[in-house]
Amino acid sequence: MSLIEKPADREGAREAILSKVRASLGIEPEVPGQSGARSAIVERRIEAPPRHLTPARVLKPKVDLEALFASTLVSQFASVLPANNFSDVPGAIATYLRQTNLPSVIGLGQDPVLAALPWGIEPGLTLSPGPARPETEVSVSRAIAGAAETGTIFLASGPDNPVTLTFMPATHIVVLTANDIVGPYEDAFQVVRKLYGNGLMPRTLNLVSGPSRTADIGGKIVIGAHGPQRLAVVVVGNNRPPAA
Amino acid sequence: MNPETPAFKANARAALSDPQLQSALSGLPTGLVAQRTSARARLPEFEALRDIGRDVRNHALEYLDLYLETYERNATAAGAVVHWAETGQDAREIIARICQDAGARIVTKGKSMISEEIALNVDLEARGFEVVETDLGEYIIQNRLETPSHIIAPAIHLTQQQVEDDFRKLHTHLPAGRILEEPAQLVAEARSVLREKFMLADVGITGANFLIAETGSSIIVTNEGNGDLTQSLARVHIVLASIDKVLPTLEDVTTVLRLLARSATGQEFTTYATFSTGPRRPEDPDGPDAYHVVLLDNGRAELLGSEFREVLRCIRCGACMNHCPVYNAVGGHAYGWVYPGPIGAVMTPALIGVKAGGHLPNASTFCGRCEAVCPMKIPLPKLMRHWREAEFEQGHTPTRYRYGLKTWAWFAKRPRTYHFCARFAAAVLGALGSGAGRFSRLPFASGWTRDRDFPAPQGRTFQQLWAETRRGVPR
Repeated sequence: MSLIEKPADREGAREAILSKVRASLGIEPEVPGQSGARSAIVERRIEAPPRHLTPARVLKPKVDLEALFASTLVSQFASVLPANNFSDVPGAIATYLRQTNLPSVIGLGQDPVLAALPWGIEPGLTLSPGPARPETEVSVSRAIAGAAETGTIFLASGPDNPVTLTFMPATHIVVLTANDIVGPYEDAFQVVRKLYGNGLMPRTLNLVSGPSRTADIGGKIVIGAHGPQRLAVVVVGNNRPPAA
Repeated sequence: MNPETPAFKANARAALSDPQLQSALSGLPTGLVAQRTSARARLPEFEALRDIGRDVRNHALEYLDLYLETYERNATAAGAVVHWAETGQDAREIIARICQDAGARIVTKGKSMISEEIALNVDLEARGFEVVETDLGEYIIQNRLETPSHIIAPAIHLTQQQVEDDFRKLHTHLPAGRILEEPAQLVAEARSVLREKFMLADVGITGANFLIAETGSSIIVTNEGNGDLTQSLARVHIVLASIDKVLPTLEDVTTVLRLLARSATGQEFTTYATFSTGPRRPEDPDGPDAYHVVLLDNGRAELLGSEFREVLRCIRCGACMNHCPVYNAVGGHAYGWVYPGPIGAVMTPALIGVKAGGHLPNASTFCGRCEAVCPMKIPLPKLMRHWREAEFEQGHTPTRYRYGLKTWAWFAKRPRTYHFCARFAAAVLGALGSGAGRFSRLPFASGWTRDRDFPAPQGRTFQQLWAETRRGVPR
């Protein structure tokens, strides 16, 4: 396929840049032991990445993390919809769409958890499978984790949760189990490593912390730029109402 | 973009008397500056994170060759095509070639400072591609044929009224009588106009805030979501990144990300942080078919071996310019090239040479706020001082300044003469100005007295007062 053939880059650019870098760092390729020692340091860091400082705000019991996650999201102009269990999710979504006066056609991928929801109990909702289309107004994705640290949702792209569902529709609804809420980002990245393997990633991993926004006109914050204008997060198994 | 750096003084003078610009800039102290202050207050670990962030970046630079190789290996394994470009010209050729091979007509772009650095748009347009900036601020200035005046808020020099006027001129397919009073209405209009471009684009170009060696990923952090639409809807995604952007691991990136948004906009985190790894997978229903990364040197490798290495830690948050009294007074365009403010004063001479950019470090009061707020603790005033020395040594300093400096040096090396003359001048000026306590005009100092009074000396020099205090003379 012509798209992925590598065009002929300027001959030797890679070597030229790398040797300039090495010269600037004072690395002499012929010094025995030097390159081995440097490589060992780099390999060790990649294989066993050291954790740095974790903010104290997430050193809390799980139930407090859930509350922090929800309240931070709300402060970032997102809505949090509680649901006791999975069978409550279609109802929570239908109620939100009705109350916000939004269309009831929902775009969603092949996520097995979403597919297993009892959508039939809300006959007003219509499911529209596949990636987003220009006319998709509302989408539902499932997040693999939520970091309470800043109310940040982790979404992994793929057939289960196509990436366009996260950015094209005006309203994005994300389903997340309370169990998948962690404290710091580092714990969420551990979830990614478990799902995809060490050093591996989905095509896109999207960290989302609210609806899209801009301050490019006169420095005034406007919610709803190119991405969704509304973000609603259904937290399943969280019985606590989100703090206002 | 052709540097207009030599015109700094004239540009600055024009900026100071431009009421629209002054009105647009007046929001900085209560906006980005105040928001950063409160974000910092909400995170008690902020200062400790700055130290760690600095160390992480230093480590990545110390092993840059190896992390670049590791990044390339892992990105390639995920299906990325990694290109290396020594110069802006090389990068432009590579990108144009990818666009041509893809049969592209429309190219959308996410915000990228490095694409400004290599003047990518002009080049692609000359080759017949339609290039559409999709970040709202970039879109606004692209249509005004301007360059960004701030690295994260490119249209910060414009007022809402100017944007409205532009949109009315530009979007002539929309009803002339439509209401555009609120920023939200202007944003909605841009959203609908640009949405069509996203859908039609063949190639999407983004920058990269960071590259991760561990996973071979590129990262963009944004608020608008335009970067994600750019890279998800086009058939080909091209990432343009300078070689200094690579960090070892997800944990390392995490630490730096904790600092970036807080330093830039005072947000807890940007709305979106997107990690991209390779093109769409065989089973994926969306995303680009091809994913290219262009690694650009353009002088970085050389900087790494110089006294300016620390500037490579920069994560482009813009805090230094937000807090700079000079930037606050004249805005970004006065600096005449891509990077304004203190970081621009250090980067510009490095990238375009001391002759063209070496006088920018003179536009500083050396108040030190830039260094105090820099999340990567880059000693910007020290680096500016190095450039001042280089400018003087290479003979680019104007003759008048050289004589002034030489005269001062002559006195400074002769303390007795210096004290005598200083005492004489302080006494004379003190006597002459004893009535008003200030001068509204003074020979050789019209540059100062044109805009404000010069305070009159109080009759004795600091050295005299110091000596008297030491002797116990009551004041």
